[in-house]
Amino acid sequence: MKVEQISIFLENKPGSLEHATRILKEADINIRTLSLAETSDFGILRLIVNDVEKANTVLRENGFRVNKTAVVAVEVPDRPGGLHSIMEVLNKEKVNVEYLYAFVERSGENAVIIFRFDVPEKAIAVLTKNSFTVIPGSKLYAL
Amino acid sequence: MFYNEEFETLPREALKALQLKRLQQVLQRVYHTVGHYKKALDAAQIKPGAITSLADLPKLPFTTRQDLQENYPFGLFAVPMSSIVRLHASSGTSGRSTVFGYTKRDVETWSELMARCLVAAGLTKNDIIHNAFGYGLFTSGLGLHFGAEKIGASVIPMSGGNSKRQIMILQDFGPTAICCTPSYALHLAEQGKALGLDMKTLKLRVGIFGAEPWSVSIRDEIETIYGITALDMFGLSEVMGPGIAMECQEGRGGMHIFEDHFLVETINPQTGEPLPEGEEGELVFTTLTKEAFPLIRYRSGDITRLITTPCRCGRSHIKMERVMKRSDDMLIIRGINIFPAQVEAILADIEGLEPNYQLIADKISALDSLELRVEVSEKIFSESGSVKELQNIEKRIFKDMKDYLGITPRVKLVEPNTLKRSNGMMTKVIDNRRRA
Repeated sequence: MKVEQISIFLENKPGSLEHATRILKEADINIRTLSLAETSDFGILRLIVNDVEKANTVLRENGFRVNKTAVVAVEVPDRPGGLHSIMEVLNKEKVNVEYLYAFVERSGENAVIIFRFDVPEKAIAVLTKNSFTVIPGSKLYAL
Repeated sequence: MFYNEEFETLPREALKALQLKRLQQVLQRVYHTVGHYKKALDAAQIKPGAITSLADLPKLPFTTRQDLQENYPFGLFAVPMSSIVRLHASSGTSGRSTVFGYTKRDVETWSELMARCLVAAGLTKNDIIHNAFGYGLFTSGLGLHFGAEKIGASVIPMSGGNSKRQIMILQDFGPTAICCTPSYALHLAEQGKALGLDMKTLKLRVGIFGAEPWSVSIRDEIETIYGITALDMFGLSEVMGPGIAMECQEGRGGMHIFEDHFLVETINPQTGEPLPEGEEGELVFTTLTKEAFPLIRYRSGDITRLITTPCRCGRSHIKMERVMKRSDDMLIIRGINIFPAQVEAILADIEGLEPNYQLIADKISALDSLELRVEVSEKIFSESGSVKELQNIEKRIFKDMKDYLGITPRVKLVEPNTLKRSNGMMTKVIDNRRRA
């Protein structure tokens, strides 16, 4: 049920993000969603892509530091309180969120929240028990 | 003015005779008490008694910084610890630092030579000396301190840092002399200016500066801002500390090396061949009177020229020009000596880091700044890929640099293969500081 996220180490300097996106473009990789965590010196670009293995390979070949992290994608209706309904459950069950980011599905009805948990297995169990839709990687990459 | 007129003005013939006698004594002593020297002299097939004139000096093997490190901490001491009254050390992790020992008589000699420096700068017991050289394991602060007490001056043991307080004391205590690194003098002047203080209104009349390279134009700048005479002092912790050579007030241009205690040569740093006096080369020192930590033909790494023309001050001792170059990759940051190998050792001790790094020295206003760029390794990024973990690694590098080397660089993780390389070799040091 987990989803693989690609993380790329980027220096905070002009052109470094462009370099990464160019490589993905040239390898014909589609980005589903992304987020950028940054400090004054460096950033970590986190991506959900349609082809994790290929993205991993081409980025490494071009000298980037890349790692793969397990994240969890959860579908919620795109309306007020959607995210809150998940947070309420996670809070009650004492599941910690390290970070999250989101995107809206093409149909416009649902949003997908990408969560990084310290213990993903426990989070998945809690979410499915409470009838949330956890999207498996295979489905998410192809969305 | 002289502190020890007899020895400072000793005619050169007598000085050379004294040097030879002392050289022969120190050779006998190190041959019989320090394993390293016995081995080195035996390997060179030289008996200590074979040195019968100063012209024989080049027959003796050099002592290098590597020899010092290999004998860390006390391997080169020529006396038992019970005879040692003081220990100083250079920065660096275990085995990459050097420890300097002093007997009671060594401290006495050192104090006298520092006293000679202060008197050469025109200071007396009526002066108040603001000593902003660093105290502690480094030799500069305490070395100068003992000399100041020896001439009976009033010494303010200020040490480095805490600039606002330094300004306050300069105003309130009214010192007549200041001692620190030249860049710190410029930094203090900037602080003073920011606080609305004209440095020329202070009672200072003389400044003694050293521990880092500084040009004539920086000297002129300091003299103008402070309205003082700025004099150059040379020191080397391995050889003794500050007070090995001093610029006199009368002569200017060059520092007298106290030749009754040190024998100096210049050599070609590539071949090791001795150079005629006056040609630019690497300075090589032999200590003639040190008891605890004598050095035979120690290669200083400092490149400069010896000046043999007599000085109008009356001192018979040879002079050296200011040191602006090194024969190795040593960096001097705010008066602290750093070798890339020391940085490498620190990075190697941090789990998962590869020693792909670059040191970039710059000047931010008057003070040196150092940036340490380290390429993110595969291991670090795959095992500690979060922002927080990477920041912790930066902090750890910073802390180790501060703890072991006494410097506080800006640490920056960078992408792999981005540090400048020439012919496949990483350029480890980039020095953008203005030297003119």
